[in-house]
Amino acid sequence: MSKWDEEYFIEKGLLLTAISSIIIIALIIIFIFREGIPALQSAGVFNFLFGMDWAPTDGKYGIFPMIIGSLGITALSLLMAVPLGVLCAIFLAEIAPANMRKILNPTIQTLSGIPSVVYGFFGLVLLVPFMRTQFGGTGFSMFTASVILTVMILPIIVSVSEDALRSIPQEYKEASLALGATHWQTIKNVIFPAAIPGIITSIILGMGRAIGETLAIIMVAGNVVQIPNSIFDPVRALTSNIAIEMGYATGVHYNALFATGIILVFMIIVLLVIANYFHYKKKVTIGGGYL
Amino acid sequence: MDLKYWMGLLIILIIVIAVLTFGTGTDYERIVIAGSTSVQPVAEKLAEKYMQEHPDVRIDVMGGGSGLGIRSVSQDIIAIGTSSKALDQSENPGLTNYTIGKEGIVVAVSVDNSVDDLTKSQLKDIFSGKITNWKEVGGPDAKINLVIREDGSGTRKAFEDLVMDKTEVKSDAVVQTSTESIKLAVKQDPNAIGYISLAHMTPDVKALKIDGITPSLETITDNSYLLQRPFLFVTNGKPEGEVKKFIEWCLSPEGQDIVKEEKIVPIIT
Repeated sequence: MSKWDEEYFIEKGLLLTAISSIIIIALIIIFIFREGIPALQSAGVFNFLFGMDWAPTDGKYGIFPMIIGSLGITALSLLMAVPLGVLCAIFLAEIAPANMRKILNPTIQTLSGIPSVVYGFFGLVLLVPFMRTQFGGTGFSMFTASVILTVMILPIIVSVSEDALRSIPQEYKEASLALGATHWQTIKNVIFPAAIPGIITSIILGMGRAIGETLAIIMVAGNVVQIPNSIFDPVRALTSNIAIEMGYATGVHYNALFATGIILVFMIIVLLVIANYFHYKKKVTIGGGYL
Repeated sequence: MDLKYWMGLLIILIIVIAVLTFGTGTDYERIVIAGSTSVQPVAEKLAEKYMQEHPDVRIDVMGGGSGLGIRSVSQDIIAIGTSSKALDQSENPGLTNYTIGKEGIVVAVSVDNSVDDLTKSQLKDIFSGKITNWKEVGGPDAKINLVIREDGSGTRKAFEDLVMDKTEVKSDAVVQTSTESIKLAVKQDPNAIGYISLAHMTPDVKALKIDGITPSLETITDNSYLLQRPFLFVTNGKPEGEVKKFIEWCLSPEGQDIVKEEKIVPIIT
């Protein structure tokens, strides 16, 4: 076998591994659509998307309350996790002394390594009773779920934002300080704005995890199919709906759960597109390239 | 080509041959049981004991829900499906079912709840939302928090068939996906009410009397406790060979003793 052959095979081999992820995603999407389309046809796309009732035994398939549930839980948890995470990242990247960082960084990494079922169990045993005594109701609520999610997505936002803040060239900081700006002014006016694309990436990743999280949400959100009147009402997320009923579903009900998956995929794509738009719009251009 | 590549190929070949020889080297009969998660614990115990006595048989017990059990057995994916609700014969012609025991459904409240006794119609009114406050059934002035199982659960289906009589369950009831999480929710909340199976009953929650009758093995055997359901083994057609032997063994006094140990009411006493 000649040198040229070896080169050829390695190149093609690497190409194959690279496109395998595309093939896998295409196969998954084709499968979800093939299984889900029959439900969309029989219920009607409009009725499916905006229907208020989910009662598979009566043939009613409306997922609107669950769309609201998923978006509500995600929005609420981002509302808490983004300020907390970004400020924590600024502290870690700019202010924390080296030995403190040595303690904080592994702690935050551990937080992201805890399995979601453990978070869910923690929420069920500690957070749910706490919420009930503090805010009334059953304790199973959209708010409880988003508090658990906040803890789960925090490590992603902190570590990716910290990397973004750290990758700002040292010259920026030096120039700003040399002009007489204080440390805080430098962070606020130079480092933070330059790191915004990276911070947005961290929020996208956090959002992706939040909207896709299933198990922990099932355990603490109460899983009631309704549009909540307040954040202390129980809700059901799209992901929970699939996980809860998959074991039992047959026929159109089974297809309807895949159709729920189609909607979930679409929602994530739309959110990614929006987030990516802001990501590129905010890019700082220097010379020929950008940060 | 380099010697290294040939060595690599040789190792892969050895692994493949090893997997093919040892992986498929089964000299025992395998029976797969799947279905209702309520039947699963007792089916596992039965399988375990049976395998001790018959080392040449391997029985795998899986969950998945009654619906999955019946679907899989009618498609011949598994040998025995388990179900915790009576089989609709018109919907499933060709399936044979064996009742291996009966089980009670317990209406559970927190031990701090002062209510001890409900009638079946009060229970129905509570779960349909007609009664929303504990004081209407002799308890304190507090809102009733319903905890139910997910749509499709065997326990839920059984409860609704036995109690609700086609009335809808109140739509804002909190849904939990397992018996244990129902118990946890009920244990923590003095105003909650939920239903679980008798086998999972523990003293950390309180079982309500229904129409004055405490759920127990005795009251279920003599049919005086109303909330009960059958545990079924379902086969496609008439069972044969090891499957038949296993089912017969489950229905024998020996098998029924194990059923009883699991707090399931045996069908022979």
